[in-house]
Amino acid sequence: MATKLETWAKDAVLEVQEYVKLLARFGRAAVTPPFYFRDIVEQFDSIGIGSLTVVLLAGLFTGMVLALNSGITLDQFGARSMVGRLISASMVKELGPVLTGLMVAGRVGSGIAAELGSMLVTDQIAALRALGTDPVRKLVVPRVLAGLIMMPMLSVLATGIGMVGGWIVTVLQFHVASTVYWSSVVQGLYMQDVWMGLIKPLFLGFTIVTIGCHVGLRTTGGTQGVGNSTKLAVVASSVAVIAVDFMVTKILIVLLY
Amino acid sequence: MAKKETVRPALLDEALAFGGPIVVFDHVDLAFDEKVILRQVSFTLQTGHTKIFLGASGAGKSTILRLALGLLKPDAGRIFVNGEQIDGLSEDALMRVRADLGMVFQEGALFDSLTVRENVGYKLAEELKWPADKVDARVKEVLGFIGLTEFIDRMPSDLSGGQRRRVAIARAMAAKPRILLYDEPTTGLDPITSLTVDEEIIKLRDLEEVSSVLVTHQLRDAFFVAEHAATRAGAEVKFDRAAEGKSDQAEFIMLKDGGILFEGNATELRAAARQDPYIGSFLS
Repeated sequence: MATKLETWAKDAVLEVQEYVKLLARFGRAAVTPPFYFRDIVEQFDSIGIGSLTVVLLAGLFTGMVLALNSGITLDQFGARSMVGRLISASMVKELGPVLTGLMVAGRVGSGIAAELGSMLVTDQIAALRALGTDPVRKLVVPRVLAGLIMMPMLSVLATGIGMVGGWIVTVLQFHVASTVYWSSVVQGLYMQDVWMGLIKPLFLGFTIVTIGCHVGLRTTGGTQGVGNSTKLAVVASSVAVIAVDFMVTKILIVLLY
Repeated sequence: MAKKETVRPALLDEALAFGGPIVVFDHVDLAFDEKVILRQVSFTLQTGHTKIFLGASGAGKSTILRLALGLLKPDAGRIFVNGEQIDGLSEDALMRVRADLGMVFQEGALFDSLTVRENVGYKLAEELKWPADKVDARVKEVLGFIGLTEFIDRMPSDLSGGQRRRVAIARAMAAKPRILLYDEPTTGLDPITSLTVDEEIIKLRDLEEVSSVLVTHQLRDAFFVAEHAATRAGAEVKFDRAAEGKSDQAEFIMLKDGGILFEGNATELRAAARQDPYIGSFLS
């Protein structure tokens, strides 16, 4: 039992060490040439545009269900006109970034781990190095930059479409006037909330993509290993999204409020 | 042929001229955890010559290629490539050494998302920053050399196993490296396709003066590469049995349990097979 625990602890420490080493290599590669601009543009498209549908759908239905549930509760106090306020506060600060993070973790984190894992087990990563290319510069930097920049954009869009979803339900189900809903939305928004909604996805995007890259580049065991890496990337990045969300929220509350 | 992209000092160029020590392994040890992969391995590849590594699966043959490329670092011993000691170099410094090395991986390791044209021209376009028209001309030249020009716009998934290996050879030779490393280039191929791959290896060695390290357990291919020579006859390339001096330029190394069991030419290997039961069983 003690040996198993010791092995587990050693493996965990090794994983953390390798993750930190990858971050250090990324930090260096991100600011020194060569840069692979075509890959960066491709990843912006793949991670950003490619995730748009799933993120918008998730945002829309979250806003709608939030309006449904909060509308019923607020109606008991005769406060159905406050639905917009509740939706804007929840979506901007929390649900927009976190749900976008979870969707991106499922779609992008798994995709990156599978792609890099497949490249590793088929010797394509070794071939890159043999051809004089640093895999971190070619594969990791474009993905992380795309994650960093596209996540806040996706989060803003998810939040916006969530408010639209809330508006549809509030108007059609609770017969609240559009102007009342939208003015309630604006009243519920504070500048600190907006900052929180913009800063959080930066951290979430970075976390999801770096975990995907790390897990993919540590793949062993052929095609079965690729499957395991994909699964691990989704689980680890989803849990990390929630954990990082908590930590960043805690820090931002201290700094902004 | 255009001038080589990599420049060596004149003195080093002279030292590494035909017959010079272009790849040197000096008492190299490597182990993964408790498992010993290589033990006190020493050999010298001379410029323009071929080293053929034989041995059972897991004997450490492919590991030697990865060490020569700097993809792995030895636990002990020294490795020189192109006159430079590479065992202590950083990844960035190794990129300079790799500029003069090409490697053909098992199964080809072509990039799935790129066409044959992009795979072959990868190093020229992405790393050497050649202009597009120059890259295109060189890609067509090397694909013509291996006889696959018509496949230029295909994806790797549309190619047969033999075609993939040949494209991998084209990719490895595109930047005109002085040294080519082949990792089981004919494993899993039918005899006729294997022969075309063998001929490409011979052509590169004899017509392009590329020094090569070949790892294989296909004896037929190993002996064919060692005992044949390519010559130009007008536009055609002819493959004949190599003269005695020429065939001596291909040396066999047999690995067993991480160490070198035998080193010598094809004739000496056949003689050793009669005396050593292990080599005999391997060659039978």
